[in-house]
Amino acid sequence: MAATARDLSKAESVIQLKGVNKWYGQFHVLSDINLDVKEGEKIVICGPSGSGKSTLIRCINRLEEHQRGDIVVHGVTLSNDVKNIEAIRREVGMVFQSFNLFPHLTILDNLTLAPIWVKKMPKKEAEEIAMSLLTRVRIPEQALKYPGQLSGGQQQRVAIARALCMRPKIMLFDEPTSALDPEMVKEVLDVMIELAREGMTMLCVTHEMGFARAVADRVIFMDRGEIVEQNEPEAFFANPRNERTKLFLGQILHNH
Amino acid sequence: MTDAMPVGDRKPLAPPVDETGALGWVRKNLFSSWGNGITTIVLIAAVAWVLSWFLEWALFTANFTASTGAECRGGGACWALIREKFRYIFFGSFPYEQHWRPLFAVITMLAMLVLSADRRMWNWRLLVIWGIGSFITFLLMFGQIHIPLSLILFVALACGGAGLALRSALATPSERLAYYALVGIGAVGLVLRIVGVLPKWSIAIAPLSYVETSLWGGLPVTLILATYGLAFAFPYGVLLALGRRSNLPLIKGLCVGFIELIRGVPLISLLIMASVMLPLFLPSGTTIDKFLRAQVAVILFAGAYIAEVIRGGLQSLPKGQFEAADAMGLNYPQKTLLIILPQALRVVIPPLINTFIGFFKDTSLVLIIGIFDFLNTANQALVDPNWAGFPGEVYLFAAFVYFIFCYSMSRYSKYLEFELNKGTRR
Amino acid sequence: MAVETLGSTPRTKVAPWNDPVIRGWVFQIVVVGLVGFLAWYLVSNTIDNLQRQKIASGFHYLEREAGFEIGDTMIEYSPASTYARAIWVGILNTLRVAVLGILLSTLLGTLIGVGRLSPNWLLNRICGWYVEAFRNVPLLLWLFLFYKLISEAFPGPRQAISLFWNSVFLSNRGVYFPVPMADPIHKWMGVAFLIGIAGAWFVNRWGKKRQEATGQPFPALSAGLAIVIGLPALVWLAGGAPHHMSWPELKGFNFAGGTVIQPEFTALLVGLVLYTSAFVAEIVRSGILALHKGQSEAAAALGLSRGQSMRLVLLPQALRVIVPPMTSQYLNITKNSSLAIAIGYPDLVASINVTINQTGQAIENILIIMAAYLSVSLSISAFMNWYNKRIALRER
Repeated sequence: MAATARDLSKAESVIQLKGVNKWYGQFHVLSDINLDVKEGEKIVICGPSGSGKSTLIRCINRLEEHQRGDIVVHGVTLSNDVKNIEAIRREVGMVFQSFNLFPHLTILDNLTLAPIWVKKMPKKEAEEIAMSLLTRVRIPEQALKYPGQLSGGQQQRVAIARALCMRPKIMLFDEPTSALDPEMVKEVLDVMIELAREGMTMLCVTHEMGFARAVADRVIFMDRGEIVEQNEPEAFFANPRNERTKLFLGQILHNH
Repeated sequence: MTDAMPVGDRKPLAPPVDETGALGWVRKNLFSSWGNGITTIVLIAAVAWVLSWFLEWALFTANFTASTGAECRGGGACWALIREKFRYIFFGSFPYEQHWRPLFAVITMLAMLVLSADRRMWNWRLLVIWGIGSFITFLLMFGQIHIPLSLILFVALACGGAGLALRSALATPSERLAYYALVGIGAVGLVLRIVGVLPKWSIAIAPLSYVETSLWGGLPVTLILATYGLAFAFPYGVLLALGRRSNLPLIKGLCVGFIELIRGVPLISLLIMASVMLPLFLPSGTTIDKFLRAQVAVILFAGAYIAEVIRGGLQSLPKGQFEAADAMGLNYPQKTLLIILPQALRVVIPPLINTFIGFFKDTSLVLIIGIFDFLNTANQALVDPNWAGFPGEVYLFAAFVYFIFCYSMSRYSKYLEFELNKGTRR
Repeated sequence: MAVETLGSTPRTKVAPWNDPVIRGWVFQIVVVGLVGFLAWYLVSNTIDNLQRQKIASGFHYLEREAGFEIGDTMIEYSPASTYARAIWVGILNTLRVAVLGILLSTLLGTLIGVGRLSPNWLLNRICGWYVEAFRNVPLLLWLFLFYKLISEAFPGPRQAISLFWNSVFLSNRGVYFPVPMADPIHKWMGVAFLIGIAGAWFVNRWGKKRQEATGQPFPALSAGLAIVIGLPALVWLAGGAPHHMSWPELKGFNFAGGTVIQPEFTALLVGLVLYTSAFVAEIVRSGILALHKGQSEAAAALGLSRGQSMRLVLLPQALRVIVPPMTSQYLNITKNSSLAIAIGYPDLVASINVTINQTGQAIENILIIMAAYLSVSLSISAFMNWYNKRIALRER
């Protein structure tokens, strides 16, 4: 079911990137990025490897530092100020390509760690929230197992639940299904689609074009550090305007 | 909402000046934060102070030309002492004019070691290298070698046995006959020799003057102890490792017990054991060369540690390797020698080299039982009353020599590790 | 279709020389036989030699008078004491240097290992050079160097260097410093210390329970330290704060009063600590590097502070990689302390060496050495096995 063009003009802007530039040494990895994300908007970012798409979303929660330009999240400007960084990280949740679950803790402990130590929640309350989220991603029975005992798809769903335990307003996804065996990709995408339908603001770096068609409000194509083209999914896939976009889509859709 | 931006005509931007180049490097690595900056300043001050004091002592006010200790006193480091004594420090009491012999022995051993770590040599070539190299080394050090008949017979037995075990299926009938002949000659000859029918006979090779082991000293002693410690400990370490992993309970128990026993006690106690208890273990009247006692202790000690390193390598092999070898119908010696060991050993070369570096340093302990290794000769150089009072110079020099050897070996090991991983990196 | 019942196929007859089980046993018996034969050969030679040289057997010599002096003892000892006591002094000296060595090298090694990972280039490199310098030179050489420096660089007692307003003296006979004079209150302070440890444990448990219930974090470290240090301090105050010290004073040719750390012990401890911390540094560094970068990123993305992510996520995982090689380094320190004999520190090996020379009974004495060191190494191995089993990451 294609996403209908929702009226986002009234929604407030939750992420603003203005003239963001980043270099790795001499390599210009992010080149004059301007982006405005509205509340409740779902954005899919695609592009060839090395285009800077992962770097872009990692700059948003300061896992990477940008050298020039401004990033503002919920009115808080991202800088070296630790207080700002902490405030932003409380509002933004992230799901990684390699899951990054904590192997020495049970699934339940993985989920309750941050609520207990960052939000100073009592343990019982944290566990209730955790169990409800595990039920939502459909693996409540794994609560007392260890990450090493779960399949890839289950681990990634736990990772999504872990990020959601902190009640973020924005969710960042860095190629969440790229490390999964094909038969497990669907179970993770289903969870992400449900999340999208509930109104979460999402920035998703992915190659899964089916997902983009299903929930995205905007698809952005990045290449060599620049935002080359962005459009609604229908228009984007049917009518790419830029040569580079056409080339990329030709490769991606051919293999799908 | 569409947005197709005009791309491609944007001029490439250079990164901010203070982020790259020399200035950027300094800012990122030395002054990235307040704490960092203060640390840098404190460290620069401390290093400058220590370095200036050291250079003053070691270079600017040092004495390179004095001919007695008294002349050298007062002022900086007395490197003249090293100039005076370095031949003794390096070669011990070996006859002065013949110092070329231990020098070439050292070079030969180093060549053997370097070649042994190269995997291209890991076949029959290795035996040739070690055979010729050892022959040259000991000929140079002793001056005269007598090869007893029993050794020749033993080698015949071993070659024949190995050939039969490994090539029984592949060998042509005449080759198989040759192996049987070797085993026959070797076994019968040894029995006759032990019983006394065959006389004590040896081939004598004596091109140079004989120098007994009590005159050996310095670097050759350290290298011989470490090299031959490793050489003999290696096969017996492999056997211990295989035995420890075996399913046969008695073998496993023996090997585990032996390994834990040796690894649980300090090398010094083994050296003391060797020098004090070995005479008790052997029939009265037999004397064992003191040097040989130390060498045996080092071999026993090294083998247990090598066994553990190799065991790690064996454990890292996927079970599928063992299963594939069994499925092909190989017997135990064939499976071990042709499939398992080559792979396990390739993996453990870097930790083996590290273990060797450890032995090289540990040989310094033979000082306790009166063998004149490199550290001991350096120590002795301090005893001369003419040159008393310069421990810093001598020990720093000795430390420098050890450092050169050990550091080069560890760099070589890192280089090998890098080369090894080339095959596995994608 | 009839289902074949397992085990109904008769076992085919195998010739005994082809049966792997029998072959296995034959092989074992042969090997054990050879080893046994070798052992018998050695033992019979030994008995023969011992009789020939009229060397006594048995451990009775332990009750005889030792007749030699020991320079550095933790307990009462004189040449009139027994051999057993001399050996016991050696064991205590070995333990003293080993325990202190373990504590100090863990501390120093961890600092250097963390320094090796510092983003400050200077600190990083300096720690690196330290590690390379100490790892590539034999420990014995460092011991000689330090010992010679201390005994030749420091002046005699009469010209001793004094520090801290004449309270600490550095001489080639050792480092002298003041100690509190023995007072009955010290026993109570010791008791208070033990109670403090128990109390700290209970208080921390209470704090943890409170955090689980209400979410409020509890400052475990500061509270624990406060109790463990505060309680003995309170006892000391209650006892009238006795602060009489025994000061070292130059009397004649040497110092009297206070307490002394002798140059042999100092050189051995300094050498051991500096040498081993190079290895500990590498272990700590590889433990931290073994951590997947994503772990710290995930912790940061969740909002954990650097301290929290270190404590809750990174350190537990790093310890898994660090503890096994660390325990073998501890074992190495204990074994390396035997190098004491080269610089004259009277450890166990030194005592045993003199005993062998005087009684001629090599075998019994060697057995004592081996028993002592083996008990240490086996208990460390046992601990490591237990630890590894406990913390093993559970996988499918």
